[in-house]
Amino acid sequence: MVQVQVERFDYDVVVIGAGGAGLRAAIEARQQGKRTAIISKSLFGKAHTVMAEGGCAASMGNVNEKDNWQVHFRDTMRGGKFLNNWRMAELHAKEAPERVWELETYGALFDRTKDGKISQRNFGGHTYPRLAHVGDRTGLEMIRTMQQKIVSLQQEDYAEYGDYEAKLKVFAECTVTELIKDGDRIAGAFAYWRDSGKFVLFEAPAIVLATGGIGKSFKVTSNSWEYTGDGHALALRAGATLINMEFVQFHPTGMVWPPSVKGILVTEGVRGDGGVLKNSKGDRFMFGYIPDVFKGQYAETEQEADGWYNDQDNNRRTPDLLPRDEVARAINSEVKEGRGSPHGGVFLDIASRLPAEEIKRRLPSMYHQFKELADVDITAQPMEVGPTCHYVMGGVEVDPDTASSVVPGLFAAGEVAGGMHGSNRLGGNSLSDLIVFGRRAGLGASEYVDSLSQKPKISESDVDAAAARATNPFDWPDSGQAENPYTIHAELQQSMNDLVGIIRKEAEIQQALDKLVELKQRARSVAVEGRREFNPGWHLALDLRNMLLVSECVAKAALMRTESRGGHTRDDFPGLDANWRNKLLVCSSDEAGTAATVTPKDQEPMREDLLELFELTELEKYYTDDELAAHPQRSGK
Amino acid sequence: MSYKANFKVWRGDGEAGDLQDYIVEVNEGEVVLDIIHRLQATQAPDLAVRWNCKAGKCGSCSAEINGMPRLMCMTRMSTFTETETITVTPLRTFPVIRDLVTDVSYNYQKAREIPSFAPPANLGLGEYRMKQQDVERSQEFRKCIECFLCQNTCHVIRDHEENKENFAGPRFLMRVAELDMHPLDEADRVREAQEEHGLGFCNITKCCTEVCPEHIKITDNALIPMKERVIDRKYDPVVWLGNALFRRNKSRH
Repeated sequence: MVQVQVERFDYDVVVIGAGGAGLRAAIEARQQGKRTAIISKSLFGKAHTVMAEGGCAASMGNVNEKDNWQVHFRDTMRGGKFLNNWRMAELHAKEAPERVWELETYGALFDRTKDGKISQRNFGGHTYPRLAHVGDRTGLEMIRTMQQKIVSLQQEDYAEYGDYEAKLKVFAECTVTELIKDGDRIAGAFAYWRDSGKFVLFEAPAIVLATGGIGKSFKVTSNSWEYTGDGHALALRAGATLINMEFVQFHPTGMVWPPSVKGILVTEGVRGDGGVLKNSKGDRFMFGYIPDVFKGQYAETEQEADGWYNDQDNNRRTPDLLPRDEVARAINSEVKEGRGSPHGGVFLDIASRLPAEEIKRRLPSMYHQFKELADVDITAQPMEVGPTCHYVMGGVEVDPDTASSVVPGLFAAGEVAGGMHGSNRLGGNSLSDLIVFGRRAGLGASEYVDSLSQKPKISESDVDAAAARATNPFDWPDSGQAENPYTIHAELQQSMNDLVGIIRKEAEIQQALDKLVELKQRARSVAVEGRREFNPGWHLALDLRNMLLVSECVAKAALMRTESRGGHTRDDFPGLDANWRNKLLVCSSDEAGTAATVTPKDQEPMREDLLELFELTELEKYYTDDELAAHPQRSGK
Repeated sequence: MSYKANFKVWRGDGEAGDLQDYIVEVNEGEVVLDIIHRLQATQAPDLAVRWNCKAGKCGSCSAEINGMPRLMCMTRMSTFTETETITVTPLRTFPVIRDLVTDVSYNYQKAREIPSFAPPANLGLGEYRMKQQDVERSQEFRKCIECFLCQNTCHVIRDHEENKENFAGPRFLMRVAELDMHPLDEADRVREAQEEHGLGFCNITKCCTEVCPEHIKITDNALIPMKERVIDRKYDPVVWLGNALFRRNKSRH
C-alpha cells in the first residue's frame, strides 16, 4: 500500500467550526495561552451564525429595568417546557450580559437606546425587551466582531513572535472527517483541505466541537449546506452521547415562495417590532392558539396586544410572540384547515403596522430579501410565511460548567451541544448560548490540557484507516453500478421532512426508519467522479454519512417519546405528559457509526433555589405530583 | 413555467480551462445558483462552486455573470430572457482554484494589515455609551458581507497584480473608515489609510459602490470623507508645523 501524504499540525486546542461558538471558544483558549487552531468548512467569516437576524438575548435591563437573570431563566425554562438542563439555563441567563458587553470591547456596534446603551428588542417567549441587535443582521455583527477580535489577537502575536499564526491559526475550507483517540481520550482529528483534497492531521489533546446543526437532512430548511450534523456524528463515533435529538425546531416563519427560496428565514424580529400573523380571512388567528400552560401570560384581545408594545406594565404580550413551537404548529393548523395563503403559508403583515421608512430602518435585510428574491415590497404588502426546519435542540451531552462530553478531551458548544434549550429554544437564546458556552468550552478545554501529565498519542494505523475511509467514495463498485450522493441526499431530505417533520406519528416515523435502513445500504455504494480538488460530489458523499447517522438518532428518539413537547409533536400523543418531562433520550453509536441506539435516562432534579423562582401553580402544569411532594409550598400545607 | 436555458460555465483550474456549454432546466423564481446546483446534481457532479446561505447574507457565491460581478444567489433567472445564453465565470481579480472557486486569500491578508479596534482604556464592561446617530455611520460599513465583489471590480487591482501589495482595496479602506468613525475608537486612522493602505490609488470611479450587493455607499460615505480628511491634514498649517516639530524631536533621540 502506498503511504498516504498527510500534512501534520500540533496544537493544544483544536476548535472545529468557526461560527459564534467556535470563534468564542478559540478566543478564550488563545487568551488562556493555548496554541489554538480553528477548523472551518467554509471561508473565515461565512459561518451559519451570519444568518441569525433578530438578536442576542441578555437581561441587561437597558429597555425595561425590571429584567434580570431570574426572569430570563424562567422564560428559558418555560420555552423549553421544563426539560432544559437547568444548570445550563442558569449559567446562560447569568453570564449573557457580560458576554454581550465584552463584544463591545471587541468593537461591536449594537443599536442604541436613547441614553446610549445597547438597545433591546422584544422576541417570542421573552417577558421583557431583551435582544441586543443590529437591525436584522445581528449574527453578521457577532461573527464579524469575533473574526476581527481573532485578527487582533493575531496582530498581538505578530508583534511578539513575528508570526500572525504563532498561537492562533484558522484552517479555512478544511473538513474534519474523524476524531482520533488514544485509549479513551481524544488525541487528534483527521481532515482534508477542500481545495486540494489533501489530508491534514491535527494532533491535539483537546477538541471543541462547534459545528452547528443538522438542518440539511430536511428538505425545507433555513440552514446552509454546512449543517450536516458533522459534530453530532463525530461525537457519536468517538463514543460521546447525544441528548434531546427528537427536538427539532421548525421556525414558524420561513419564506414559502418562490420555490427555490422556500425555507429561507424571516426573522422573528418582524413580529417583535409589531408584525402580526393573519390567515386568508384576515383574522389574527394566534389568539385562538394560546395553550393552557401559557394561559394568563398572553393578551386575549387585539386591543390589549397592540397596547403592549408601548405599555408593558398594563398589557400582556401578543400571542404572535408565543414560543416558536406554538406558532409553527398554529400556522400548520391554519394551512391544513384551508385558511392558508396562495402558496401554502399564512400572511405576516408589517406593512399596515409601521411606516415604510421605519420598516426599512428596522428590518433592512428582510426588505431587501423579499424585494430581490420574491418581488414583494414588505412596506406595502404582507409576506407569505410558513414553518421551516431551523435548529436542533439536541446535541452532545455535556457538563454544563466545562462543556466537556463524556469522552475526555472532547468538548462541545453552541447548537451541537444539547440540553440548554430543552425541548424548544427561544429566539435570541442561540446567539447568547454561543458566546456563553463558547467561552466556557474554550476555558474547559484549556483547563483540561493543563491537567494532563502526558500528551495522548496518535497511532499510524488510525491515520491510515481514516485516510482510506475518506477516499472510499472514489472506489467504484465492481458492478459499476454506483449511487449518486445527490440522489441519496434528496431522498433523505424528503423522507425526514415528510415523515419526521413538524407533526409526527408512529407509523410515519417507522416508515422513515425503514427508509434510513435502505439509504444506509445504498450509501455504501456511493461513488463519485473527478479528482480530489474542490470536488463537491466527494464532499457530499462524506457529509452524507453524518446526516444518515444523525437522522437515525432523530427518528429513533422521536419514535420513543410518546408525548408532545416543544419541538416534538406526536399526532398520536398530542398532550404534554408529566412523566416524560424528566426523561432524556440518550443516543449513542458503534465506532463505525453504522447504527444508533437510544436509551432513556432521568435528568437531575432542579436545585431548590431555582425551583423556588417559579410559582407552584405553574410547576403543577409540568411536573408530576410525586416530584412536587417535597416543594416547600406543598410540604408546608 | 419551466424552460431550458443555455449556460456557459468556466471549467478548469489554475493552469487551464475554458467555457463549457450546458443546457439546463430553469423553473419559476429560480436564481443562478439554483441552476449551478442543478448542474451539479444532474450533469457535472464535480463542478466546484463556493456557496453557503443562498440568501445574500454570507457573500460566498460571488462570480461574474455575463461579465458582471454578482452574487449567484441574488441573481434571478427572470432578469434574463429565455433565449439568452448565460455565461458564468470566476472572479477575475483572484487566482482560480477550480471552476468557479477562486483563491481569495489576498483579502484575508489585507484584513490583517488593518490595525484593530482600539478600545477606550477607561471604560469597563457595560459602560460604553454611544448615540444611535453616531454608530449609524460605521454600522453602514459593517453591513459588509465580505463577498469581495468590490475588491474584484476595483480597477486598481483588477488588471494590475503589481498594485496588490500596496493597496488594501475598497473593502479594507472602508474598514479603516469604519474604525475611524467608531465613536469610541482611540487610534488615529487617516494617515495610515493614505500611507500604508493605498487610499491614494483610489480615483473614485465608484465601481465598488455599483457592485455592492448590500448597497453600501463605499465611495461616497467611506472613501471620499477619508480622502477629504487626508487633504485637510496635509494642508493644515498647524498639523504641518506639528509634524515638522515631531519629526525633529524624533530625529534628536
